[in-house]
Amino acid sequence: MKQFLSFIRKEFCHIFRDVRTMAILLLMPVVLVVLFGYAISTEVRQSPVAVWDQRRDDASARMINRLAASEYFDLRRMIGSTEEADGLFRRGEIRLALIIPPAHVASGMQILSDATDPNEATLLIRYAMATLGPGEANSPAEVSLLYNPQMKGAYNFVPGVMGMILMLICAMMTSVGIVKEKEMGTMEVLLVSPLKPAYIILAKVAPYLLLSMVNIVTIVLLSRFLLDVPVRGSLFGLMALSTVYALVALCLGLLISTLVDTQQAAMLTSGVALMLPVVLLSGMMFPVENMPWPLRLLSEIVPAKWYIAGVKDIMIKGLGFGAIAREMGILALMVAGLAGISVKRFNLRLS
Amino acid sequence: MNDVIIRRITKAYGEVTALRDISLTVSPGELFGLIGPDGAGKTTLFRILTTLILPDSGQATVCGLDTATDLKQIRRRVGYMPGRFSLYQDLSVEENLRFFATVFDTTVEDNYDLIRDIYVHIEPFRHRRAGKLSGGMKQKLALCCALVHRPDVLFLDEPTTGVDPVSRIEFWEMLGRLRRQGITILVSTPYMDEAARCDRIALMYAGQCLTVDTPQAICRSFGKPLYKVCSDRMYALLGDLRAYDGTLSCYAFGDSHHLTLREDRSGDTEALATYLGGKGHTGLRLTPIEAGIEDCFMAQGKEER
Amino acid sequence: MNVIETDCLSKQFGNFTAVDRISFTVARGEIFGFLGANGAGKTTAMRMLCGLSVPSSGRAVVAGCDIYREQERIKRHIGYMSQKFSLYNDLTVRENIRLFGGIYGLRGRQLADKAEELLRLLGLESERHTLVRSLPLGWKQKLAFSVAVIHEPEIVFLDEPTGGVDPATRRRFWELIYEAAARGITVFVTTHYMDEAEYCNRVSIMVDGRIEALDKPSALKSAFGAADMNEVFLAVTRGKGSE
Repeated sequence: MKQFLSFIRKEFCHIFRDVRTMAILLLMPVVLVVLFGYAISTEVRQSPVAVWDQRRDDASARMINRLAASEYFDLRRMIGSTEEADGLFRRGEIRLALIIPPAHVASGMQILSDATDPNEATLLIRYAMATLGPGEANSPAEVSLLYNPQMKGAYNFVPGVMGMILMLICAMMTSVGIVKEKEMGTMEVLLVSPLKPAYIILAKVAPYLLLSMVNIVTIVLLSRFLLDVPVRGSLFGLMALSTVYALVALCLGLLISTLVDTQQAAMLTSGVALMLPVVLLSGMMFPVENMPWPLRLLSEIVPAKWYIAGVKDIMIKGLGFGAIAREMGILALMVAGLAGISVKRFNLRLS
Repeated sequence: MNDVIIRRITKAYGEVTALRDISLTVSPGELFGLIGPDGAGKTTLFRILTTLILPDSGQATVCGLDTATDLKQIRRRVGYMPGRFSLYQDLSVEENLRFFATVFDTTVEDNYDLIRDIYVHIEPFRHRRAGKLSGGMKQKLALCCALVHRPDVLFLDEPTTGVDPVSRIEFWEMLGRLRRQGITILVSTPYMDEAARCDRIALMYAGQCLTVDTPQAICRSFGKPLYKVCSDRMYALLGDLRAYDGTLSCYAFGDSHHLTLREDRSGDTEALATYLGGKGHTGLRLTPIEAGIEDCFMAQGKEER
Repeated sequence: MNVIETDCLSKQFGNFTAVDRISFTVARGEIFGFLGANGAGKTTAMRMLCGLSVPSSGRAVVAGCDIYREQERIKRHIGYMSQKFSLYNDLTVRENIRLFGGIYGLRGRQLADKAEELLRLLGLESERHTLVRSLPLGWKQKLAFSVAVIHEPEIVFLDEPTGGVDPATRRRFWELIYEAAARGITVFVTTHYMDEAEYCNRVSIMVDGRIEALDKPSALKSAFGAADMNEVFLAVTRGKGSE
């Protein structure tokens, strides 16, 4: 036990004495949360809108007021014809036009949108419908946005960032840390010692597990108080799920360290082979449902997909521990499988 | 009973044969040197003996334990210092030492008597990070770390490479003292002049063992008269000596050239002096000398190409 | 004529003086041995002379160029070879020669001729398309040296050029050094082999940033009453030395 503790102490020395590592470890979550929260937002703010009100009664005035008050829209001007709207669209002065028909006409409202950016257009239309509100006369359908009525992008990316940070810190740092010992030749000395290889692995892995928990707490706090993303469900469930996911990432890092011999290779492998799937296939940025079937199949084995789904269930939907049993199970299976392979590959000997 | 027994070990990496049918024994308390240039197979042999790799064929035992099967027991009883001083650069001298002590389940205090001699040299810098030490100090710290668990057998892979002559001499003095404490030491080096410090040596080249004996016996087996030749124009002298028809071999050796003559001409130094005089050499000195390890190594005709 | 002249050359890192007022001259065609213990300041001094690092104080002229103002010109007049970096392992012998020839300003016909000449001189004609990685260490060293002097520089700096090879190969390498010196190339060399110090015309020994001894090997030996350079080195560094 004393051997083990002093080994862990040594690992912390490595981490704390390397300013660059420290910066990556502690600043990365903050930077990512702030970056995604403010700069790279998928939300729309203050989109220019024009309205042609042919109805001119209390109901239409209420609608226009709501639109004008919304932080998503900026009511630029009132117009008097569709041609006028066309001109404004062409000059790029507005992104959306709302046409309210006269009270006696049976047809509903018309929303025109600039669909050069289809994602933005869809988003704007949905926002507009939500803003104009359900129950309004002539509304084409009753829309109700569950769990995230304000359609905050943060609800989607906070779980995504958590999945990314954990993967980055656990996998990349572990693989680089172990490969560094190989490069420096210290691994040779450790192997030629009575220290059990399992101890070496555990001691290399434990500090990063701990640090990633610190990061999870940081992210949850930041998103709660900076971005107003609450944790509606079980906090215990969230931490448990994060721990299991972190273990998957640690095992992946371990596996990488048995495959490569240089720190650069470890960095590159974990960067490309692990981060790309998190970004592309986890559903964090792009909806997986719309991808061709080989990619959909591939996404099933991306741990981040399951983790992010589970985190959303807990944080956003406010579900309890039971709801994420499937995600937990799948991630736990991955841990078992990967740990088996990497420990087997982590040789007692050099070659 | 021998501490290290190597029987007919062969090891290849792909097409490169690192070790070719090597057999050696090392007695308890012996300071044994593996002498040879890069690529001789020294590191591979150390890795086999420290259970880090398995040979393709052959068998080796350390302290009576088989390196292929008893790796756990062997790892408790040997100390190993790989090439390039394997230290944690970002830990201080003291932290490195304490860490390696706990890894071997012991404390620095328990075995301080063994390392004291060496540790006093680096103690003034005990709070300095290992990465900031000079080569000589790194070497001493690495030795302390390899010794801290009081091993029965110590394996040192090129501990003096790239280290300045003063530190090298100090290092060999330390090894001498350790040997007197009864620790068996296997050390490799590319510096031939260090061979004389060992009890016995193996001259190695390209995976083969050329000779195994005491340095004195190897030097005595040189078998030919060897001359040390100097003149006022040393570089020209080397060319002229090589051009001489009675010359068997001639190599530069610092401030002189070492010369052997063909068997039918040996002893006929008069003729050589006349020849060199004719080439315009002045201040000519020609003295018979004892061969050194480097002479013996080169006499084996082993060189690249 | 002197190709290196230094006067009270110093280099400080913070409050640590790595090189402390060294003054010496090296004549054209001389083989100058630059010895010292690990950490004595050899590398720092050599970096300043190569124009890679600016001195803290003092004066030096290398190949007629001032080391403060004409660092880039210095680099055109010197060659450099070290044990750690000299050739690209993943290029062939010929590609390495052509690459470094090109870097040092050889062009077209001249470069092609020079490359062929080098391959012939080194006996590497049959190995021209071999990757440098798979050459024996001794050949690599010879090739690295030849490449470092491909542009016939005024001075070539060699940083521990002969580590790790067998004794005979090490001696062949020194024959290349002698040939270069005979052509008028000044050789500035560091080594840990004390027998190699004997091959130098003059030797300096650095201790703690200062040059504590500088003379012909024979003069140093008689001054210290020593049998060989090893003893001289010990006397100089142990007398003054502390790590």
